[in-house]
Amino acid sequence: MTDLAATDPLPKPKRDLAPILLPVALALAMIPLIGSPSTWLTLTAASLAMGMMIFIMASGLTLVFGLMDVLNFGHGAFIAVGAYVATLVLAPFAASIQADSLWMNLAVLAPAALLSMAVSGALGLVVERVLILPVYGQHLKQILMTTGGLIVAEQTLYALWGPQIIPMPLPASLRGSFIIGDVAIAKYRVLATLIGLAVFIAIQLVLNRTKLGLLIRAGVENREMVEALGYRIRRLFLGVFMTGSALAGLGGVMWALYREQVHASMSDELTVLIFVVVIIGGLGSIGGCFIGAILVAMVANYGGFLVPKLALVSNILLMVAILMWRPRGLYAVTSR
Amino acid sequence: MTDLLKLSGVHTHIGRYHILQGIDLTVPQGQVTMLLGRNGAGKTTTLRTIMGLWHASSGEISLSGERIESRATPDIARLGVGYVPESMAVFSDLTVKENLVLAARDAPMDDTQLEWIFGFFPALRRFWLSRAGSLSGGQKQMLSIARAIIEPRKLLLIDEPTKGLAPAIVMALIECLKEIKRKGATILMVEQNFFAARELGDNVLVMDNGTIVHRGAMAALAADVPLQERLLGLSLEAHQ
Repeated sequence: MTDLAATDPLPKPKRDLAPILLPVALALAMIPLIGSPSTWLTLTAASLAMGMMIFIMASGLTLVFGLMDVLNFGHGAFIAVGAYVATLVLAPFAASIQADSLWMNLAVLAPAALLSMAVSGALGLVVERVLILPVYGQHLKQILMTTGGLIVAEQTLYALWGPQIIPMPLPASLRGSFIIGDVAIAKYRVLATLIGLAVFIAIQLVLNRTKLGLLIRAGVENREMVEALGYRIRRLFLGVFMTGSALAGLGGVMWALYREQVHASMSDELTVLIFVVVIIGGLGSIGGCFIGAILVAMVANYGGFLVPKLALVSNILLMVAILMWRPRGLYAVTSR
Repeated sequence: MTDLLKLSGVHTHIGRYHILQGIDLTVPQGQVTMLLGRNGAGKTTTLRTIMGLWHASSGEISLSGERIESRATPDIARLGVGYVPESMAVFSDLTVKENLVLAARDAPMDDTQLEWIFGFFPALRRFWLSRAGSLSGGQKQMLSIARAIIEPRKLLLIDEPTKGLAPAIVMALIECLKEIKRKGATILMVEQNFFAARELGDNVLVMDNGTIVHRGAMAALAADVPLQERLLGLSLEAHQ
């Protein structure tokens, strides 16, 4: 009688593969431009590793944006704090880090990363309660409060650790490269890629296979309706904020090891990249964030190799191009 | 008949606008109370104020004798209030099943209740694993109502369920709501479609400029064409 009786089949939802294919197409398009297959493979591996690290740092921010419409310009503070906290563990155990044993290295590295995540997550709790809670729904004040918080955090790190750059050498077993033919792929980049993939899969499993994930996805789309169903979304948001902060701390440790140094303003270079990733991915979209991070890293690596001067603006150009194609990002979250 | 919901002298401000200007109303247990009125009269604001989505600036709202006007929306929902907003607000990226899993808040969905819902919303069974965003307007409305009744609720607040739907779908929806009513639900429903209001309503409240200007039995208003024209600027004949 009517569509209530479901006499007509629903239109099949289209699988939107274009964003997924974009990094693949970009990588393939670079082969003739770069010329050497081994150089291309090295750059591609570097892009994947860098992209995974950026994804880890950006994933929390995109959910915070999407879930509560909060503009957190202080996200970089968690990155720097995470890296500094890791030095507290790594410095006293420098001998174990430099031992030529993967297990000894990991026995120090893993607790360092976990402690960094715990401290960054706890800092996230304080920031949400003190800085963000009073300014929900007020974007300008959010920008002012979180930017102020970032400055205070940076200056506190300077006060506690001093202005000097702190070296953070890679563990001995993660130095060097895997050599396959004439292709060299740094060991640490392989590890970073694996950790990034693990984080992505874990987030996807939580979002798609658990009730908590359902709530987060629903909250990103319509937080008011989630509250009307009886869920306290602010508690959920606090949990997401702390998890995002902890992941930023993990990303900070990984980035510091990648650069082999820590300094209080290390997040400055990353903050722009992270915001570009969150915007081109689509606010609140983890899948978009993942692809966006890979694209940003590819543009940085390929662009830096082919046209070094373009590296300064390459990510902004990428964002302009993506937003001209899809104004709400690669995977726009419905109704936002 | 006891009153399940009672509003006394409720005022609501949104920004600098004074929308509800002293609302007094009661919703009797087990009956359907229709809230009618012209656009901008304050009907949706009334429902949202009851639900805690906008807070009353003064006045009292009580549910089963318990004051709720200063409670947060999730707490009001947990007292047993189901809300079907005007926009339907289904979670488009979630499947039909996932929408209902979320609505069954503290326990797995009750199979008997689910079968009852499927009985008059068959589309939901068929499109169980489809994304809610791909449903038609009528099916989304079904899902929105199913979400509100998947668990037993003391009170259902339903905002213009027939809005924007084709006439045939409106008829089917009215039958569904009658079925819900027969199960003893207490409903406060905003409706612009006077025919639907007459079919479903036991009582009627008419709003204008943020106040209740008429209250009484729905049947009495349906029978009084001059009163309809005076209160609503319409007559039932125009909707038949």
